[in-house]
Amino acid sequence: MDAKKIAEIEVDVLLEAIRLRYDYDFKNYARASLKRRVHSLLSKENLEMPYQLIPRILYDNKIFDKFLSEMSVTVTELFRDPPFFKSIQEIIFPVLKTYPYFKIWHAGCATGEEVYSLAILLKEAGLLGKAKIYATDYNKRSLDIAKAGIYSASNMEKNSEAYLKAGGKKSLNHYYTEQYDAFKFKDDLNKNITFAYHNLVKDGVFGEMHAVICRNVLIYFDKDLQNHAFTLFDNSMVKRGFLCLGSKETIDYSVLKNQYETFSRSNKIYRKTN
Amino acid sequence: MKPFPDPIKSTERPINMEHSNISVIVMGVSQGGLEALSCLLAALPQTFEKSIIIVQHRAADSDSYLSEHLNLISPMQVKEAQDKEPIRPGIAYIAPPDYHLLVENEGTLSLSDDERVNYTRPAIDVLFETAADCYGAALVGVVLTGNNSDGARGLKTIKDLGGTTVIQDPQDAQVPAMPLAAQAITIIDYALPLKEMPELFIRL
Repeated sequence: MDAKKIAEIEVDVLLEAIRLRYDYDFKNYARASLKRRVHSLLSKENLEMPYQLIPRILYDNKIFDKFLSEMSVTVTELFRDPPFFKSIQEIIFPVLKTYPYFKIWHAGCATGEEVYSLAILLKEAGLLGKAKIYATDYNKRSLDIAKAGIYSASNMEKNSEAYLKAGGKKSLNHYYTEQYDAFKFKDDLNKNITFAYHNLVKDGVFGEMHAVICRNVLIYFDKDLQNHAFTLFDNSMVKRGFLCLGSKETIDYSVLKNQYETFSRSNKIYRKTN
Repeated sequence: MKPFPDPIKSTERPINMEHSNISVIVMGVSQGGLEALSCLLAALPQTFEKSIIIVQHRAADSDSYLSEHLNLISPMQVKEAQDKEPIRPGIAYIAPPDYHLLVENEGTLSLSDDERVNYTRPAIDVLFETAADCYGAALVGVVLTGNNSDGARGLKTIKDLGGTTVIQDPQDAQVPAMPLAAQAITIIDYALPLKEMPELFIRL
């Protein structure tokens, strides 16, 4: 057997140890990126080979926390991808207006910046009071940050710019209080948001959603796990519900291909046809 | 500066026998990239059967002009890479702005929005290292013009795993820093001006 195949077995065994010990299954994650993250943790821990992580992870859950943080490093920011936030106001909000109340699932919300972005825009449209937003992630530390709603103020200028580009009607500082080098979103924004643990790999449907937002999560999954997640979203969706993906994600090659119509090709907004 | 091996003579060296199965070329370019890629891709024939995977550094909010323009002027099909897309022969793939582009072991492309590497996303090193992991000796890595050192470490990985290394001759490069950085840390098989590269790519 060549060295390359043996190295793959090594990673498989590490992932199996993690699954048995912590019940997190990374087997169907996109492999190239997963291996880079394993190697990033190895170099931080002054280790060389993936097998060296196995005893450390089995007996020290702090190392597992580090692994999980490494796996869920996310690039997120307020109003990330402003054209997307602009187009949900144009495409989805008018439909949401017709419901007495509605539910939105933001799957893989990470540290929550994009959930607050959504809440701000719903508030400006007069819809936040009718909304129930479920914001879920598999990293409890990220969820803690999201729940607190406190972020570094170092990018405020960029945030304000993105807010305006996304079609924000006021001024972003309307929604937070600033202290030293941090800002905290006001409580009226998150009183309709439930932050909760949910792992797309193993957890199921928990409600009927009018829209599901899952951006830049599926690129980390292989095809099988992507389809698993798509099916989960579909089973969570009301008739004519909306599905929103990241700008480089698509349902085109998935099991949902023929069951959803495209409402915005560039901003990846789809709608269930039945 | 040490003399570079003559490209014609180099193919006579037995080491290149190992590379007869080359099907994929990975390429990294930064400043001066539009001109360099235009020159290169316009000169490759429609019958070119290798796949080319390209990281061009560019602004996060860039539009699709780059791939559309290159597709117009090249006999090859040039397109922006999509997540989980199979790598097919005769097609040049360009990393989308603001995403890393990676090669998966089953010969598909994947995207990630992991942290920047070398202050950039997409990063050439990420593409080169994952492609080297997949293709080993059957890979050619090419570092073109650019004003930073991204790609140097990745090109070294390609060489370490038995692949072929190519840089744009620094004297030919609009900005020589990137090929120079690659040359500083790894053995370069071919250092060529742009206009001599298509012939090499066909021959390898």
